[in-house]
Amino acid sequence: MTNVALPAADTATAAQKPLPARLAAAFVSRLVIIVPYVWLLFFFLIPFLIVFKISLSTTAIAMPPYAPVLGFGDGISGFIDGLKQLSFDNYVWLTQDALYFNAYITSVIVAGISTFLTLLIGYPIAYGMARAPASLRPTLLMMVILPFWTSFLIRVYAWIGILKPEGLLNQLLLGIGVIQEPLIITNTYTAIFIGIVYSYLPFMVLPLYSSLEKMDHSLIEAAQDLGCQPIAAFWKITFPLSIPGVVAGCLLVFIPAVGEFVIPDLLGSSRTLMIGKTLWTEFFTNRDWPVSSAVAIILLLVLIVPIVFFQNAQARAQEAGR
Amino acid sequence: MARTALRLSATTAFMTLAVLGAQAEDRVVNVFNWSDYIDSSILQDFTKETGIKVVYDVYDSNEILETKLLAGGSGYDVVVPTGSFLQRQIQAGVFEKLDKSKLPNIKNMWDQVTKRTDLFDPGSEYSINYMWGTVGIGYNKEKIKAALGTDTIDSWKAVFDPEQAAKLKDCGINFLDSPTDMIPVMLAYLGLNPDSHEPDDIAKAEEAFMKVRPFVRKFHSSEFINGLANGDICVAVGWSGDVFQARDRAEEAKNGVELAYAIPKEGTQMWFDQMAIPADAPHKEEALEFLNYMMKPEVIAKSSNYVFYANGNKASQEFLDPEVKDDPAVYPDEATMSTLFVNTALDPKTQRLFTRTWTKVVTGQ
Repeated sequence: MTNVALPAADTATAAQKPLPARLAAAFVSRLVIIVPYVWLLFFFLIPFLIVFKISLSTTAIAMPPYAPVLGFGDGISGFIDGLKQLSFDNYVWLTQDALYFNAYITSVIVAGISTFLTLLIGYPIAYGMARAPASLRPTLLMMVILPFWTSFLIRVYAWIGILKPEGLLNQLLLGIGVIQEPLIITNTYTAIFIGIVYSYLPFMVLPLYSSLEKMDHSLIEAAQDLGCQPIAAFWKITFPLSIPGVVAGCLLVFIPAVGEFVIPDLLGSSRTLMIGKTLWTEFFTNRDWPVSSAVAIILLLVLIVPIVFFQNAQARAQEAGR
Repeated sequence: MARTALRLSATTAFMTLAVLGAQAEDRVVNVFNWSDYIDSSILQDFTKETGIKVVYDVYDSNEILETKLLAGGSGYDVVVPTGSFLQRQIQAGVFEKLDKSKLPNIKNMWDQVTKRTDLFDPGSEYSINYMWGTVGIGYNKEKIKAALGTDTIDSWKAVFDPEQAAKLKDCGINFLDSPTDMIPVMLAYLGLNPDSHEPDDIAKAEEAFMKVRPFVRKFHSSEFINGLANGDICVAVGWSGDVFQARDRAEEAKNGVELAYAIPKEGTQMWFDQMAIPADAPHKEEALEFLNYMMKPEVIAKSSNYVFYANGNKASQEFLDPEVKDDPAVYPDEATMSTLFVNTALDPKTQRLFTRTWTKVVTGQ
């Protein structure tokens, strides 16, 4: 779209400006488009290609611990020889042991449940914030961001202190007589869910808040004037309008939660098999950079496919809306 | 060609400047060691004596260190990997051969230790022992007595025999999450060769682990320190020094938790943390001076007195506190020493088998 519009703008100004200025203007407007692509090239595509290349090599007892290194040290012929040694064996390996498949599935399920729970808790918070008096909103926003000022690791450790059998929660519940035996929460899936929901809640609340805050409240009033019940008005008006925020929030929570390593390690049981841990083991314990790179590439695909799907669906919904 | 030449001369000029700059400034040595592993006054004394500034960095796992070393250009001058890791890193060409003429204090080293470290670094060509210790059982005396009827543990049976482990289930068992530490001691308990790389033996160890797995609360390599000290768990298979650390924390907290450490009678694994110099170290001369300083008997004794680990320096023993030297858990007697074994590095295939076996033990998959 932008490319089509540009020449038109150029011709419009052509009469007034001398050629060098026109070229400069064209360059600047092109540059604005190029910058994000250059960013993606250096910080996404090139690292991706390096990891992909390592995933096609084999392990070696050397520095770095894989072969071929694929440098230009031996000239072009050495590089071509290196290319010939690459193979997809590591990807075949991933299919031969159910371990990896199970780890991906567990991670996606854990991340999915956590994302849903985060949405369930985050939506009322964001809604409350967006409906709060304008003077109070900056304070509420601050309170959502505030936990980031403490180290993430320390906050997860704090949850061990709260949830463990002799922890604060159990002491409280035992003290008021709700339970007779301490609840075993640490080292279970429940603890992982609590940890993820707590840690990623701001990532859900902030995009939801920004889409709910922008909403025109007179739409609700109109709906109510037309006889719509508050709950029906919420589902017919508020929720559909906040869908961009819901999608953004869910992706911001789901994507890092799939690869989460720290929370399952500290709060979860050692029996939880998640892909973050599997990747760690391949990379650090087995020293198998090629297989761990293959695991990472597959993880990226597992994440990118739903995102592309979501974006397509959203684009189509917008087209239909016009 | 011309461009290459130009670039080369520019690089040379830059390097000369860098070298000149370094000489004009203070001399520096970058040390990368395990966390909580030195009396920091030693570093200050070293700077006072030699004028070399110490930049001291810490890590908490061999894997992190190894990854930095294998990636190259870590910038560290002295690193302290554990024996079996060191062996493989030597093969990968990570380390510089030590210039023994610059290490006169090497005469202080203890033959009981060097004959064992020879297994992974023959003739100490690349490394000098810093500290060594064992893998054993840390336990809470009072809780053990309640569960087993005795307040001493002297055998792997307590944690590896399903009947015994079942009794300890409720008070909490922790295993190290480390196949290279756990599988060898299980092999020793089963009466097999503890350094075995045979798939059949490893399968037997797996089978034995699967039987006690339901009674293990967690597989983790550091949480047990706090767990033991707080009384959250009652038994842990762990590294000697970590158990002593837990014992000290419990004493400081005065929470009534009394901990002990056992070297099981079936024998256990000995580990050695070795000081070595990476081949790409920027300050090799300073690194050698640091190594030589660390082999001074009073210096290394001061470190042992602080961290409660045995060192590989014979001459240092007269400077050790009696509570360190006379603790059989730190310096085992001759008879116990003869039951200890050393594990060598695993080839990639065996390493994978170890890891895969362990994943199965830990996750059940």
